[in-house]
Amino acid sequence: MRNIESSRITAALKELCVNANYFLGDDVVNSLKLAVESEESPLGREILGQILENSEIAKNEKMPLCQDTGLTAVFVEMGEDAHVEGGNIEQAIQEGIRQGYAEGYLRKSIVEDPLRRKNTGDNTPGVISTMIVPGDKIKITILPKGGGSENMSAIKMLKPSDGEDGVKNFIVETIRIAGGNPCPPIIVGVGIGGSFDKCAYLAKKALLRKVGSAHADPYYADMEKELIEKINNIGIGPQGLGGRTTALAVHIETHPCHIASLPVAVNTQCHSARHKEIVI
Amino acid sequence: MEAVKLSTPLGDSDIEKLHAGQKVMFNGYIYTARDAAHKRMVELIERGESLPFDPVGQVIYFVGPTPAKPGQVIGSAGPTTSGRMNKYSPVMLKAGLKGMIGKGEMGPEVAEALKANKGVYFVATGGAAALIAKRITESEVVAYEELGPEAVRRLKVTDFPVIVAQDCHGGNIFIEGLEKYQRQ
Repeated sequence: MRNIESSRITAALKELCVNANYFLGDDVVNSLKLAVESEESPLGREILGQILENSEIAKNEKMPLCQDTGLTAVFVEMGEDAHVEGGNIEQAIQEGIRQGYAEGYLRKSIVEDPLRRKNTGDNTPGVISTMIVPGDKIKITILPKGGGSENMSAIKMLKPSDGEDGVKNFIVETIRIAGGNPCPPIIVGVGIGGSFDKCAYLAKKALLRKVGSAHADPYYADMEKELIEKINNIGIGPQGLGGRTTALAVHIETHPCHIASLPVAVNTQCHSARHKEIVI
Repeated sequence: MEAVKLSTPLGDSDIEKLHAGQKVMFNGYIYTARDAAHKRMVELIERGESLPFDPVGQVIYFVGPTPAKPGQVIGSAGPTTSGRMNKYSPVMLKAGLKGMIGKGEMGPEVAEALKANKGVYFVATGGAAALIAKRITESEVVAYEELGPEAVRRLKVTDFPVIVAQDCHGGNIFIEGLEKYQRQ
């Protein structure tokens, strides 16, 4: 058993929250640079140029990339031989979010009740998903998720007979309906299989994959290629003003499911696709 | 395509010249408001009371900025999704507002109100919040300070880049752009 001080987790969370919101990943930046080259719409190219310039300003001036610094989604892979001492891991994570959002001058965007809507004032609670894995380390990934893109996500319980075409049509239609709202160019996170809840979790987890990487299974790698072409053929374009760049990537995650079920979930992610991780 | 320069207050003749797809650089003063502030302002209008600012000829930017760091005028300040204001903007336009700045398409009720009241809806680039913050030279809270990022602010802007998205003639860049670039 390896002991890890809870204060280390708090300190790590604080730094992850700030860094994720100031510094856009190289994979996203490179993909946007390729999009500027291929975009046919002059307005679209101009918007993509502004997005790239924005990432430079944010990096150089240590400012949030977007004013929506998000709900803090936290993925924890907890080694079964790791033990947190001096406090519990949930509290340590929430405290790290609290400190990161205060000291990083990030926006506090969480209300304590979905209907009565009073702001909690410190961006907590983050939404934490935990997995127990072999080993004695703790891997923590954070994804500050903007509300505008999250709102255009969708889930559907298809019939197994709907098959591959049913899945593809649902994904493309979800993006068509989303239009310019989720701040295209977007990353499309897709979950297929599992249960109603697992499927939505997979769609969000799919957003953590590096933009430009292909699925390990050639069957799904081909489906991702086909979907990105179909999505970019819709014509939504940067910010929905028309163009060839609607999505930078489609990432699929799958899980075994019930003989009667075919769940599919689409989690839309804006171009400010921010995530950072640490292994403690 | 050169950008048209505009500043508030705007009149009917300014609005009539604008067409979907045109680039515009804003200079001068604009006001900020999003969901919570709109709800309050529309309630004031419905009760026949006056608003925290005179909307006649003015433009509202849908934004909830991050907190300003010491020495900054404002934190990151990109547009929020405009569709959430579909219910409120027609009331504001009827009260004399001339334009809104946001992101994403606004609904048919807003398109009708833009025609009926000679208004215009602009988009700024969603997620270009640090870039946009650099074009804001003054920021002053004028109402609802307790709403934090949702407070109503008066901003002074310099070469604030926007695009005409939905105009008073029924033009809509979301429809026209999609038709132009879609492939079968």
